[in-house]
Amino acid sequence: MLERAGAPAKDDTTRRVRFRGAGFVPASSRFGGWIALALVIALWQAAGSAGLVNPLFLPAPLAIARAIYQLAISGALWQHLSASLLRIGVGWVLGTAAGIAVGFAIGLSRLARGVGITFISALFPIPKIALLPLLILWLGIGEEPKIATIALGVFFSTAISVYSGVDAVPRNLIRMAQSFNVPFATIVRKVIWPGALPAILAGFRITASVALLLVVSAEMIGAQYGIGAFVLQAGNLMQTDQLLAGVVILSVFGLAVGKVIGWLEVKLLHWR
Amino acid sequence: MDLIANHISHRFGDLAVLDDVSFTVGAGEVVAIVGPSGCGKSTLLSILGGLLQPTSGAPELRGTPPADSLNPLTFVFQDFALLPWASVEENVEFPLLHARLSAAQRRSQVEDALRRTGLTDFRKTYPKQLSGGMRQRVGISRALAVRPAILLMDEPLSALDSQTRELLMEDFVRLLADGDMGAVYVTHNLEEAARLADRIVVLSRRPGRIREVVMVPMTRAERGETVAREKLLALQDQIWSLIRNEAIDAEREVLDA
Repeated sequence: MLERAGAPAKDDTTRRVRFRGAGFVPASSRFGGWIALALVIALWQAAGSAGLVNPLFLPAPLAIARAIYQLAISGALWQHLSASLLRIGVGWVLGTAAGIAVGFAIGLSRLARGVGITFISALFPIPKIALLPLLILWLGIGEEPKIATIALGVFFSTAISVYSGVDAVPRNLIRMAQSFNVPFATIVRKVIWPGALPAILAGFRITASVALLLVVSAEMIGAQYGIGAFVLQAGNLMQTDQLLAGVVILSVFGLAVGKVIGWLEVKLLHWR
Repeated sequence: MDLIANHISHRFGDLAVLDDVSFTVGAGEVVAIVGPSGCGKSTLLSILGGLLQPTSGAPELRGTPPADSLNPLTFVFQDFALLPWASVEENVEFPLLHARLSAAQRRSQVEDALRRTGLTDFRKTYPKQLSGGMRQRVGISRALAVRPAILLMDEPLSALDSQTRELLMEDFVRLLADGDMGAVYVTHNLEEAARLADRIVVLSRRPGRIREVVMVPMTRAERGETVAREKLLALQDQIWSLIRNEAIDAEREVLDA
């Protein structure tokens, strides 16, 4: 039972209630980040032009831009980039397809869950690049081991994000569908797939960076063409402007993939 | 078609939730189930609708459902259970997608359900754009689209504010008045029970047993009139006196969960 407290002492002075709700709502400004980035680049360029930084260790932004331009007109850029893109593309698609299939199986079937989670927990922590030598033994020294390394890295992350996504689909929606006698396949297609999609797309962000990391590592270990091979070569020849050109291209590629996934999220998850 | 609770008992592990509950919902009849918190009302409804296997006893159907009924026992959920990625129209159409209907027939059933719930102008909106009351209207519209014989309503108004609740209750009165659709209406709100039900099944606290079955001696149309107010209030008082002490005990109970 709730009891009333004793009568309070009377006090007629008025005070304004102190505002204490400020903070904890950082608003992001549209241009702030870009302005800061431009400032840092300008400072860097100024330091380079003034001779404050040894261009051998840190070439100025303009030198890097010039290197990218020369790579582009000589056709070397495309040669390296297309080799990397092909490996990433094929490896990512294979790993993602397998990861989605296995993730759904784990999310939907008791048998697959028991077996699958054990295997994934055991194999997921292995740095996939450590398997490249083994994969070279198995698959030869062509494109296959590099693609397989990427596919493996992508597969585990995808499988995990897919089955977590399936697990996170609200049970009440599944019960609702069952209460209307909706068949299993339709529940998977119309309830579980869209319900898991946010987690699956969030997983794509992670697997895109995993694929980028692995392609560069694999190309550094053994490849003639590819951005990773190019960066390693440039480093060996002390061509730091070329080296950083490669790094910038990787960064732009990563940003572009992020934009594509962001666009997919807006398109597919507009209901959120 | 009648729905029969035939000696239904249920346990969750060691916890006995329902104990030998039996009653019949006749065609077109509205039966409310009330009782203290945790007495197994919602569990009972899940069992009646085939979403939960009882420990003993069984839900049964007697007679044939109306020929056009695609899902004789149809739930209306407390949390609405709408697909957030589907528009109002797609949500209402969802239970018809797997039915053997021509596209034209499906369209017309969706149209009809939207019209009866006043949602025609909202067909393209998404659940997140709607108020709670409108969301539950979508839930009701979806239920009507499959032409149910008996609605299984699980506290359909308890997630709504009191004004919205009042408006939707008026809708329910109209909905259940016209035609031969029956309902099992689970609620902890005695006013809803008294306004909507033909019979009120009062359950004891856990494990839920039937304590009493109270008849509401008026048609639903009569209950809207001012003179009926007092009778309904007296009825609510009568039911409240049945469950008040148990409600106090239920509230003070500490669960080892």
